Amino acid sequence: MNKIVQWPDIGPLFRDGMTVMFGGFMGVGTPLGIVAALRESRVGHLTLIGNDTAMPEAGVGPLVASGQVSRVIVSHIGTNPTTGKKMIAGELDVDLVPQGTLIERIRCGGSGLGGVLTPTGVGTVVEEGKTKMAVGGKEYLLELPLRADIAIIKAKRADRAGNLVYERAARNFNPVIAFAADLVIVEVDELVEVGEIDPDMVMTPAALVDKIVLSQGA
Amino acid sequence: MEAKEIIARRVAQELKEGYVVNLGIGLPTMVPRFLPKGVNITLQSENGFLGLGPLEGEPMPGVVNAGGVPCGLMPGAAMFDSATSFALIRGGHVDVTVLGGLQVDEEGSLANWMVPGKMVPGMGGAMDLVSGARKVIVAMEHCTKEGETRILERCSLPLTAKSRVSMVVTELAVFSISHGEFVLLETAPGVSVETVREKTGARFAVPEKLGQMAFDIT
Repeated sequence: MNKIVQWPDIGPLFRDGMTVMFGGFMGVGTPLGIVAALRESRVGHLTLIGNDTAMPEAGVGPLVASGQVSRVIVSHIGTNPTTGKKMIAGELDVDLVPQGTLIERIRCGGSGLGGVLTPTGVGTVVEEGKTKMAVGGKEYLLELPLRADIAIIKAKRADRAGNLVYERAARNFNPVIAFAADLVIVEVDELVEVGEIDPDMVMTPAALVDKIVLSQGA
Repeated sequence: MEAKEIIARRVAQELKEGYVVNLGIGLPTMVPRFLPKGVNITLQSENGFLGLGPLEGEPMPGVVNAGGVPCGLMPGAAMFDSATSFALIRGGHVDVTVLGGLQVDEEGSLANWMVPGKMVPGMGGAMDLVSGARKVIVAMEHCTKEGETRILERCSLPLTAKSRVSMVVTELAVFSISHGEFVLLETAPGVSVETVREKTGARFAVPEKLGQMAFDIT
C-alpha cells in the first residue's frame, strides 16, 4: 500500500466541520506544511484539539486567525492574543483542559478506554459538570475520551511504511494523537526505505499511519 | 538583595541532591542559579523531557522549554511524549514543583491560572503539577504591586488546586502547610512577626523557635 502522497493530495482530505487533532507544543512539533494546506483548503467550522494555539504566526495560529476554526480544545491560549480576542467576541468556543488531562483523554480515545480518573482539577472549576468518584479514599474526576476525524503529525523521519521517529521535544502530543483519529497524516523531514529504521527506535508504528507527505521546508 | 533573589535563594535551599524538579515560568527559573554547591538536580520539562539545561551555543531543533524558548539538554537527558511527561508529574515522580502564585490561602490552596475578565491564558500543565508533585513550593512576592496581600484566608480567584501547597516562600517569610496547619517557619532578616502579620490575610501559627531566612553569600 502506498502511503506517500504529494502536497496537492492533502487539501482534498479536509471537510467542513471536521475535528482535527494536531501535534505540537507552542508550534514545536506542529506540521506547518499541513497547517498551510488546511488554510488553503478554506474548509471551515473546524474543531481543533491539541496542546495550545501557539502564537498568531506559529503552529496552528494561522488557522485561528483565518476564522476557519469554531472550537478549540486546548490547555493554553495565553501566547496567542487572537484566540483570546475571538473567544471574547463570541467567534470561537474555547474549552480549556489541564494538559495532563487532555493528553490522557486523547490516549483513552485512541486505546479503547472509556475514560480516566484523575485527581487534577478536583476542587476547581474543572470539576463542574463532571462525575466525581472516590477510590481508596481519594477523590478523582472522570474524564472522557477524545477522538478526531484527522490527526496531523510532524515527524523527523519516516520509512515508506510509516514507522515514525520524532526529534527531541517535537514529539509531545504526536505519538498519542496517532492513535486517536480516523485518518492520520504525517509530515516528515526525511523519508527512508523500509528497514532503515531500527525497530527498537520506532516511536509510532506504521500501522497507525495513513498518509505521508515530505516537508517542503526540509 | 531584591525580593526575587531573596525568594529564589531561599527556595534553592529546599532542593536536595538527586531531586527531580519542575520549575514554573518566571521567578522559579532563577532558582538553579542559587543551588548549594554539590547539589545536583534533574529538571523536568512538561513538554516532554528530563534533563533541561541552559542553552549553550546555537538553538538545537526541537529543544525548547515549556515556554517554547530554546534551551539546552544535560548529558543523560531523556525525551518522551506528553502522556509519559504527565505520568511523571501526576504519578509522584517529580519531587518538587516550584510555581509562581497569584494567591495562596491557609488551606494550602493555590490560584495562579486566571483572573476572570482580565487574564484567561489557560492552566497548561499547572493543575497537574500542583496535584501530582510530591512537594509544591509557591515562590511569589508577598503582596501585589498595589500592596494587597497574596496570602489569604481563602483565595478569591479560581483555584489551580485545592489544599496541595506544602510551602510558601516570599521576600518576607517562609510558611509551611502540613496537616491543615499554616505555620510561619522563618522571617527574612529585619522583618518582624508583626510586619508579616500586617501583610498577611491568612491566620498562621508562630512556633516558639521561629527561624530566620539565612543566605550563604560568597
